[in-house]
Amino acid sequence: MAAVATCGAGAGGTESMAAATSKSNVTSFQRRGPRARGTDSGGPRLVSIAGTRPSVRNGQLLVSTGLPALDQLLGGGLAVGTVLLVEEDKYSIYSPLLFKYFLAEGIINGHTLLVASAKEDPADILQELPAPLLDDSCKKEFDEDVCNKKPESDIKMKIAWRYQLSPKMEVGPVTSSRFGHYYDVSKRIPRELIETSKWHGFFLPEKMSSADKVECCSLTPGYMKLLHFIQNIIYEEGFDGSNPQKKQRNILRIGIQSLGLPLWGDDVCCSENCDSSHSLSKFLYILRGLLRTSLSACIITMPTHLIQNKAIIARVTNLSDTVVALESFVGSERETNPLYKDYHGLIHIRQIPRLNNLICDESDVKDLAFKLKRKLFTIEAEWTVRERDREKGLSFVVGSPSNDRHGRCTTLI
Amino acid sequence: MKGMHLPDIRMLLQGASPRSSEMFPELNNLLNTTPDKAEQGKLTLLCDARTDGSFLVHHFLSFYLKANCKVCFVALLQSFSHYNIVAQKLGVSLAAARERGQLVFLEGLKSSVDVFFQAQEDPHPLQFLREASAGNLQPLYEFVREALTPADNGEAAWRCPVLLVDDLSVLLSLGMGAVAVLDFVHYCRATVCCELKGNMVALVHDSGDAEDEENNTLLIGLSHQSHLILRTEGLATGFCKDVHGQLRILWRRPSQSTARRDRSLTFQYKIQDKNVSFFARGMSPAIL
Repeated sequence: MAAVATCGAGAGGTESMAAATSKSNVTSFQRRGPRARGTDSGGPRLVSIAGTRPSVRNGQLLVSTGLPALDQLLGGGLAVGTVLLVEEDKYSIYSPLLFKYFLAEGIINGHTLLVASAKEDPADILQELPAPLLDDSCKKEFDEDVCNKKPESDIKMKIAWRYQLSPKMEVGPVTSSRFGHYYDVSKRIPRELIETSKWHGFFLPEKMSSADKVECCSLTPGYMKLLHFIQNIIYEEGFDGSNPQKKQRNILRIGIQSLGLPLWGDDVCCSENCDSSHSLSKFLYILRGLLRTSLSACIITMPTHLIQNKAIIARVTNLSDTVVALESFVGSERETNPLYKDYHGLIHIRQIPRLNNLICDESDVKDLAFKLKRKLFTIEAEWTVRERDREKGLSFVVGSPSNDRHGRCTTLI
Repeated sequence: MKGMHLPDIRMLLQGASPRSSEMFPELNNLLNTTPDKAEQGKLTLLCDARTDGSFLVHHFLSFYLKANCKVCFVALLQSFSHYNIVAQKLGVSLAAARERGQLVFLEGLKSSVDVFFQAQEDPHPLQFLREASAGNLQPLYEFVREALTPADNGEAAWRCPVLLVDDLSVLLSLGMGAVAVLDFVHYCRATVCCELKGNMVALVHDSGDAEDEENNTLLIGLSHQSHLILRTEGLATGFCKDVHGQLRILWRRPSQSTARRDRSLTFQYKIQDKNVSFFARGMSPAIL
């Protein structure tokens, strides 16, 4: 995976590519043969869209999730045309943050937003987006953090010396990069930024009140309306290249909050044997079909801890591209565990898609813990926590084995 | 490993250098087949548990295209360009195969959008997406039959028809019952394997401990009908960078009810950019 230094170089490269593309229609980066992804609209390679960059591995167009640490774990970013499913933590404290980072990143990059929610008005969600960090102020703050952290990280690990050599996960806001920004969660985004941005909101109670006759289908009416809404926006604004009047060169960022809640009319969270058990998976399938044929990326947060039927969670995971699960320590026994005192929860990367490739950029580390600071959302490997504290002589508590698809790595030394 | 000849083990341990233009040659060796002498009338079941077995789909797709068979690919999970780009790494161009009529490609994601948002005049293979109650997969079967039945106008004769499905578990997620999917497989087998003397390859996910009853029914039902089962599993000990999983190959004779045990082999594998390397259990080159 690209280190910080090459990240900056990569962004610079994108800029120069963009400049080259705008001047002439021919760039040396044109891929011969079938297009990697996206629309069938003719024209030069789609590297000139703000806030995107091609993947190092397979030339896929990537957008930032708004969290540079998460971008790095996902192999550079979220691929355009794919779904990022975030399994919400128990009290829904940190998953709205990921949602907001994604949307805020869209506003900063000038992407069009589509926000759908059943419980909150999209206008309110947008008002509460975190403020972006400008380069000079954030650099000062980060230097402070680094100074405070320095004594700890300088302790050489005596026993687990191998771990010292491994790179840390967090990426500091050292240079202004076009790809991936940092946000201050204590401040709101400036109103001018929201007003100048283009966004569409889908608030379910408003849409359901209009008495349109919805065609009978096994989808819940709420999902049907949302799909039609999304398809309409994609077509009207030309994100799929099929509208001859509109030549769109922008990304559509779709954010769907808390999909699967009973507020959507779906009873998948209520009982184990639900009537509309296929509604959610069908919705995801058709949504993914829409995304694959347009220049859009989607984040969906889903309260999977409420879904009783494990089979549905497995199906939903198989039908999504990237799946990330958050597990916060609030209310659990780990909150008082001295081992985890610096951290707010665990983050599990459950699935990374293999797009145009046999392999994917999986991180070697599977146990990751996150911490939310005011200006930084850091993700660190769990064992660095334990080993550091073991050096200090704290009691070592073995946590429960992570129950995601991959267990502990057995390194053979 | 019972029933395996010594020369095969030696070749595996030496790590025969694969030509990058072939689909996984090591897998061909394990299955004891080459594109020239592909068998006919067989149902192959691909199954993955706790891991991603899609590399097997790519293998069989390029294998049968190289074997000069007419392939009908029902691709429900990913887009055409995805399969095309991977197939090019394995030395086959899907776009070219489609143009010369060797490949009939049903792109599930794109077609689902078409059929869902616009009412179609003719019955669409994915017609069931518009239906309120659980329907059946007859339109899909008709599509397959029409794609693989050789036309009478004396066009270039392909070797044998092949139906490839990626994957059947998606049909369950879209509202089909396990019985409907089993019926579909049965009809396809009757037409493709018995009538047209072709082959059929299908991928089903094994949900493991997710208690997906419909999926288990489908998996067990298909296991009894298959001639060859390739089952990929994630390692029981968890993630490992050098060994991505374990592959179990099981040869069966569904028609004969002999008490003789079916032949089975187990290997571990590592997926690389253009190839998959197989090795005996515990013999990963990273450890030796």
